[in-house]
Amino acid sequence: MVKMTDLPTKGGFSFDLCTRNQMLLDKGVQMPPFRKTGTTIVGLVFQDGVVLGADTRATEGPIVADKNCEKIHFMAPNIYCCGAGTAADTEAVTDMVSSQLQLHRYATGRESRVVTALTLLKSHLFSYQGHVSAALVLGGVDVTGPHLHTVYPHGSTDTLPFATMGSGSLAAMSVFESKYREGLTREEGIELVAEAICAGIFNDLGSGSNVDVCVITKGQTEYLRNYQLPNPRTYISSKGYSFVKGQTAVVVTKLVHVEAIFQLRVDEWQYRINWGLVQCLC
Amino acid sequence: MALRGDWMYENNGGTCVAIAGIDYCVVAADTRLSVGYNILTRDHSKICSLTDKCVLASSGFQGDIRALHKNLAARHLLYQHQHNKQMSCPAMGQLLSNTLYYKRFFPYYAFNVLGGLDNEGKGCVFTYDAVGSYERVGYSAQGSGSTLIMPVLDNQLKSPSPLLLPARDAVTPLSETEAVDLVKDVFASATERDIYTGDKLEIVVINASGIKREYLELRKD
Repeated sequence: MVKMTDLPTKGGFSFDLCTRNQMLLDKGVQMPPFRKTGTTIVGLVFQDGVVLGADTRATEGPIVADKNCEKIHFMAPNIYCCGAGTAADTEAVTDMVSSQLQLHRYATGRESRVVTALTLLKSHLFSYQGHVSAALVLGGVDVTGPHLHTVYPHGSTDTLPFATMGSGSLAAMSVFESKYREGLTREEGIELVAEAICAGIFNDLGSGSNVDVCVITKGQTEYLRNYQLPNPRTYISSKGYSFVKGQTAVVVTKLVHVEAIFQLRVDEWQYRINWGLVQCLC
Repeated sequence: MALRGDWMYENNGGTCVAIAGIDYCVVAADTRLSVGYNILTRDHSKICSLTDKCVLASSGFQGDIRALHKNLAARHLLYQHQHNKQMSCPAMGQLLSNTLYYKRFFPYYAFNVLGGLDNEGKGCVFTYDAVGSYERVGYSAQGSGSTLIMPVLDNQLKSPSPLLLPARDAVTPLSETEAVDLVKDVFASATERDIYTGDKLEIVVINASGIKREYLELRKD
């Protein structure tokens, strides 16, 4: 008789460990914290395509884990995706869908469409019932025109002319709601995106460091990594630091004698051939 | 970000540092006031000058900190009326400890660092926990960036433990300018990695000629 555990998994979330996790939580065992990106990500549609923007700070609670991480992920040559939420989740889900899109391009012989990426992302996230904590701003230009979508961790999506996500989304959205209009030029679009990201960087503690921008138009994509660097370090000691021997106190010294062991491997086949030759000659 | 309906405290973030020198004391704190992921103001002083020779820097819940500073200032005024002189720094240190322990069962959410000159004119720094446990040391850091700053100070100032020497001799041999330079660099570094530290740094130097204030711009993100 086939046991339940022997059946192949059909995909979706496996709830096997949930009872055990709850038991551990009740006993007081803390789950290790995830690294969240505590982010500001934005996108807007302009005259000729879409502009995506993101800050570059990754936080682990109150500490900055990465001062210059990349939050604008590649999906296809004409489609890019900004990710907020748990860093591992956004990275994994965008990589996975990017691979799926490439395989689809090989199968169909056509440029990828934004709605394809959208459907793949939303069905994956829905099947994980929100446990994959990825909040995305997906943008690109395909044969049907420019598209901009937001994708939420539970799998819902919106189609919008301008969008913001992450902890700094309110600060960025305040800029968009004030200054967005239809038919922006490329320069105006980039400037507006940079301004929205800066609002997130300076007013939200979860966002910071630099501004990344990605401009996608028909036939061309420009990934402007570190488009603005508005946060240089304010002070560097001219004296510098020297770490001389003895500055850190040595408490205990222990010498361990290490012996090298040599292993000789006899080439067995060469030996047999040589012996065979000798036998023939004899 | 309130945990329960009856949670009466709030952490407004920030970092405080003090370093004691041979004849000076440096007390510094950033000026950012935050709540959760928001900044309430970029220009809020965490430093209170209690006497000509004694300065208190506190981080934590600013509501409690304001009340604590006001309490100490009032007590000092009473002392001046009764004794016809200002309180010395070690005396203020003891007063602060008693004030904090008085509220042992509903504490001031304040992490304090008291800096100044002792009766002999040497720099002294007292470091506290939330309920009044205190110790005289050569340097200290408190607040959200303290875990980032203390190891650097331990390495650079390396004052021997006050258990080995009398605490008043645990002062750094660095000059005043060198100590201020170290404080600026250490705060700039803490600002890079701690989201609650930044905006501006207020540096107060106490020496025989009085109290001097200086500011340094920090990262605003």
